[in-house]
Amino acid sequence: MSGDQPLPQSAAPTTEPGDLTPELIDTDIWTDEMVARAGIPVVPVPFVTVGGGIGSFVTVDYLRIYGVPAQQIVVLTGLDVPWQSYEYLTRVSQIPRTERLRSDSQSRPDNIWGFPSYALSEAFAAKSLKEFLWPLWNVFTEPILTNYFTPRAGQAFSTMEKEMNRIGYLQSVRKGQVRMVRRRAGGGYYTILTPPAGAAPTKRIAYQSQYVHIAIGYPGLRLLKDLQDYRERYRDPTKVVNAYEPHEQVYDQLRIRPGKVIVRGGGIVASRVLQRLIDDRDKYNLRTEILQVFRTFYTGPHGKNVFNRRPGGHGWAYQGFNYPKSVWGGQLKEKMAKLEGDARAQAYEEMGGTNTPFRKDWLEQLKRGRSQGWYREMQGAFDSLRPGPNGAGVVVAMSTQHGALEEYADFVVDCTGLEADIRESRVLADLLDHSGAGRNPKGRLDVNAQFEVIGTRSRPGRLYASGSSTLGGPFPGVDTFLGLQISAQEIADDLARLGFVKRLGPGRSIAQWWRWARNRPI
Amino acid sequence: MLPTLNGRLQSRILVTAILGGIWTLIITPVLPTGAPLGESYKTTFIILLTVIVLGVLWEFLYHFLQQFRWEKDWPTSWGLFTGINEGLLIWLLINLGWIPGVGQVPGWAFVIQFCTTWFLIWAVQNGPLRVPFIRWRFNGGRFL
Ligand SMILES: Cc1cc2nc3c(=O)[nH]c(=O)nc-3n(C[C@H](O)[C@H](O)[C@H](O)COP(=O)(O)OP(=O)(O)OC[C@H]3O[C@@H](n4cnc5c(N)ncnc54)[C@H](O)[C@@H]3O)c2cc1C
Repeated sequence: MSGDQPLPQSAAPTTEPGDLTPELIDTDIWTDEMVARAGIPVVPVPFVTVGGGIGSFVTVDYLRIYGVPAQQIVVLTGLDVPWQSYEYLTRVSQIPRTERLRSDSQSRPDNIWGFPSYALSEAFAAKSLKEFLWPLWNVFTEPILTNYFTPRAGQAFSTMEKEMNRIGYLQSVRKGQVRMVRRRAGGGYYTILTPPAGAAPTKRIAYQSQYVHIAIGYPGLRLLKDLQDYRERYRDPTKVVNAYEPHEQVYDQLRIRPGKVIVRGGGIVASRVLQRLIDDRDKYNLRTEILQVFRTFYTGPHGKNVFNRRPGGHGWAYQGFNYPKSVWGGQLKEKMAKLEGDARAQAYEEMGGTNTPFRKDWLEQLKRGRSQGWYREMQGAFDSLRPGPNGAGVVVAMSTQHGALEEYADFVVDCTGLEADIRESRVLADLLDHSGAGRNPKGRLDVNAQFEVIGTRSRPGRLYASGSSTLGGPFPGVDTFLGLQISAQEIADDLARLGFVKRLGPGRSIAQWWRWARNRPI
Repeated sequence: MLPTLNGRLQSRILVTAILGGIWTLIITPVLPTGAPLGESYKTTFIILLTVIVLGVLWEFLYHFLQQFRWEKDWPTSWGLFTGINEGLLIWLLINLGWIPGVGQVPGWAFVIQFCTTWFLIWAVQNGPLRVPFIRWRFNGGRFL
């Protein structure tokens, strides 16, 4: 009997059985004994995908179609359905089910072939000749006479639901929050899930798998420093909002009392917010005044030479999708795949940046606002925010090309991105600290062309990632439906090379498509 | 479409040869050529071959024009409309007698063959081809 003799399990006395032990937390590569010592139940399964959003869904869809049985796949997620996070973000940022998304007709998360495209499906579901012809005309003449065809949010969700049921996706779902993924001595990985309180006898469950796929979407909301400072200092979350947060109250208030809104940003979310403000203005005869602030202000077409000119004007850069279209399959996809390091980072700079699609209705609204004097745009960067006189409204101090300036507004709607550092996600931070993952030239998770996270291999297992946390890799279009599908295809083909599943050749592809077309389960 | 130069050439050659070949086999007997079937097949297949050979040259021009587009894409409608310049050139060459092995071809026979073949290839490349070849659209139109 002696208190100074370390106990064999050396676990902190507070650790309950089935929880992470300090030994596990501190060890990069886990042995089966360590996990057993902690009392964490182990569930073996060949393939685990973490996140359960659209990225996980399309990856599972590919694997199921390639021939992996549902029992060999586990999806670890807090979501009930794969589009839940996405639908939330689109709804708050002003894209309800009836509005159109930003991606093109072939970007169908419910259909790995992209045929028939959304436009074709919309046409054949039409109830009138006009509704039949319009989508077809649109895809035929885009982007020359018309803007790119984009599907309605509702169409994307209902078709995903159908595919989710067809492939029996929910069979593979296990609810909970993933805490970490660690390499396993002897190959493969352990993925630690924290199930919802009371749902399982232990605090954690370990999924032991050969392959892991991480698709956790946005690591977090990025509130720019000025915004964060304002929130912390003045404890006021109502007058200064981020567009990705629920902010209906702004529109409600403007209906009660006329007001001025500062919209910051020049991306599609800014476009949507402006559209909502102006639609409301028209519909309820409001007197809303709008000032839009662009950090980078484009006065016209821009780009380094005649071969690289992007349209722009009145502050905006116009581009159908978040990158030039051919990053999803053509010249720019091929070019980017060959670039590394600084050259890659610079190419990202040139093609990306904030931009919005060119849509006639939006342009018309802004033109009207400009000529009637209730909409104004300017170049500027926020320095600080403070409450207005007597606590009403907000005063924004800005630096502009013409010097410092202050603007008063009743509300500030910040439409800058969801670009939090990958460390904001505990799972990704843990990968960086314990599993050999590194950062790419844009600071996100470094993946190779097969979407394997470089440095994390645990032979014969592999760890893959897709979605926004991998932006900056050899393929730029990652954070889109089509990009997630391209990643999924690369992953499925890589797994086929490893012998986990059979590669999908033309014959089986046609057979599988035919099943899809008749909505036959697999 | 999002072609690369290599993808353009591969798609042009393979799709025109295989799909166009099958279509030529089917349609030739009903074309108003006024010639015996053997003779007609010879003519229609040489025309198809011309679409491929000249097409390879055209693709270089299209690729060059594509460089002026920020998106580096090739709009769907252009894929159809380029049939006009290509068709007219071949018709001109036939009438100048510059296509070896092809003599007089009745206008309607040419128009029907060329337009249906062109339309078929265009339509298939803009959709159904993605069903057997799931990697084709992500690889700039390359098969290999
Ligand atoms: C407003 C908006 C509009 C967009 N519009 C389009 C569009 O029109 N077309 C297009 O192609 N793309 C669009 N995108 C981009 C992209 O396609 C979507 O964001 C898509 O949902 C990304 O899928 P994902 O799987 O990467 O992330 P998500 O769908 O967000 O799913 C990731 C899930 O992982 C969960 N998660 C995170 N950490 C853990 C953890 N530790 N354990 C368990 N679960 C975890 C998250 O809660 C989340 O639910 C849009 C994005 C936004 C924000």
